[in-house]
Amino acid sequence: METSVGEQYEQVRDLVVSFCKKKIAPGAAKRDQSAEFPSGILHEMGELGLFGIFVPEELGGAGMDLMTYLMIIEEIAKVDASIAVTISVTNSVCGWPLLHFGTREQQERYLRPIASGEELGGFMLTEPEAGSDAASLKTRYRDVGDAFILNGTKAWITNAGVAKTFVCMATKDPSLGAHGISAFILDADQEGVIFDKPEEKMGLRSSKTGMVTLDNVRVPKSALLGREGQGFSIALATLDHSRLGIAAQAVGIARGALEEALRYARDRRQFGRPLYDHQAIGFRLAEMDTEIAAARALLQEAARAAMTPRRHSRESARAKLFASEMCNRVVASAIQIHGGYGYSKEYAIERMYRDARVTTVYEGTSEVQKIVISRALKQAAESL
Amino acid sequence: MKCIVCMTHVPDTASIIKIGADGKHIDETGIKWIVSPYDEYALEEALKLADEGKADEVTVVTYGPQRAEAGLRECLARGAHKAVHIVGGEKTLGDSLAIAKVLAAALKDREYDVILVGVKGVGTDNSQVGQMLAELLDLPHVSNVVKIDWNDGAVAVEREVEGGHEVVESPLPAVLTAQKGLNEPRYAALKGIMAAKRKPVEKIELSALGLDEDTLAGADATYNVRSLELPPEKAAGTIIQGEDDPQAAAAELVKLLHEEAKAF
Repeated sequence: METSVGEQYEQVRDLVVSFCKKKIAPGAAKRDQSAEFPSGILHEMGELGLFGIFVPEELGGAGMDLMTYLMIIEEIAKVDASIAVTISVTNSVCGWPLLHFGTREQQERYLRPIASGEELGGFMLTEPEAGSDAASLKTRYRDVGDAFILNGTKAWITNAGVAKTFVCMATKDPSLGAHGISAFILDADQEGVIFDKPEEKMGLRSSKTGMVTLDNVRVPKSALLGREGQGFSIALATLDHSRLGIAAQAVGIARGALEEALRYARDRRQFGRPLYDHQAIGFRLAEMDTEIAAARALLQEAARAAMTPRRHSRESARAKLFASEMCNRVVASAIQIHGGYGYSKEYAIERMYRDARVTTVYEGTSEVQKIVISRALKQAAESL
Repeated sequence: MKCIVCMTHVPDTASIIKIGADGKHIDETGIKWIVSPYDEYALEEALKLADEGKADEVTVVTYGPQRAEAGLRECLARGAHKAVHIVGGEKTLGDSLAIAKVLAAALKDREYDVILVGVKGVGTDNSQVGQMLAELLDLPHVSNVVKIDWNDGAVAVEREVEGGHEVVESPLPAVLTAQKGLNEPRYAALKGIMAAKRKPVEKIELSALGLDEDTLAGADATYNVRSLELPPEKAAGTIIQGEDDPQAAAAELVKLLHEEAKAF
């Protein structure tokens, strides 16, 4: 994104594009089919500094800015949306709250190993009965003097079974609603943390997502993130940040789909000329290109807002809503341009179509984004 | 050990090359510049020595225009400790001896145990700078290197020759030219990219070496480009229509392979 200041921005893009081309792209189709987790590739990406992109250098991170982070997620998603979400979740929903709400000791103990590329991270908010209505979560914690004991079930947890550290939300008493919720730093190796087998997903098949049972998990007092009762507000602030990453992922998938469609429209001939010389196809490609640029502009606006101290829920929700819906329109158009071949696993667009689908669902559905935006509008309406 | 790596900044190998208005240079508009891939092998070998604790200093040297600093920064990002930029080279482009003279003048008073150079600069492909540099510095050299065993004060080197490998031993310091296959160059880590911004790039003007580009490219020139031409475009392929009579089409294909393509 051209608004970035750092002179290293283009150098980082060159590095990521080259890494994606040589290491990620060749096996993407195979990993999609086998649902194999790319441990080896991720290990290399950790060494390159891609787990702690915006974590300061003194905490073992790369010390880059938010724009660089979003560009990296977009470039990775363009070739493999599964790896993009694994990286995005580690940096964002785990790394970001540790960076912003963690004490120095917590950052040293939990964030440094992630930022330096040794471990992946994750986030446990959603539960089987608490999706869009996250404040109604039922995972309980109780204070036993020297520790907290956590019990409950978490669902749809990205990086379940592959990450070491999670930020986990639990309530003291569900009747307290949002105010009863606290955030804890959970070590996946602790006794009582049980990972169910990964979900069989439609898309993002080589990223790992699963159910987690917390059975009398003993969390030390030193692993409370922020204050008791601050958990829900930590979760919302984290989502304001992480939605930018998902918007970037959606833009990346859409760019990948446009490239596939362009290549096909150039090479495929019907009625005596290449597809892209048919106006119906050319116009569709033009619309895809314009929609991608519009989503990116919204994302940049939200990212600029996120780089200021003020709250940016509305901007993040707008960018995530538009980018994810746009992404689904663009991949559908790309399939249409491919005709029957787009329906075959032989073409990358078939995978992209499935990968795109979840972007309007996770990190808050499109409906949740509209709740966030309309609430902000209502507030604004009062001062009209 | 102290290692010197000579780097040249070249058009990306994926670039679409167009010839410039003067017919003697390429049109540089829109060209992306990269560290020459053979120099990447040279750098990687030095960085591996540093990783193993055998080298305590890796210095990258280039003779090139201002934009070549980006190539030096890339090398620093991968782990080189220092960079030296001799600014210039637009008029001596492709003149291996001129380039070697400049590098030799910059290196002659420095401390080093080995000088690693890519076997050739991608683009001009002259494959001469390393050997000329060694002669000018009165050093032994081994070219086309695909494996290096580092011993105390000496190296045992495998070099690529027609049909096999030749093993050569050389005392150090020496000039070694790196061939594809020597190693797999690393990527710069994000932290390396940030750290590179804080590493020193020493700028040297040609005049400080007692040289000037006009003389190098004029009276002393040994290399003169008359004109550049693009290779002829590949002829279109032939499609034999065979839906109606596959047997006749197959016979036609065999005939063409035999008579035109002379495949058998």
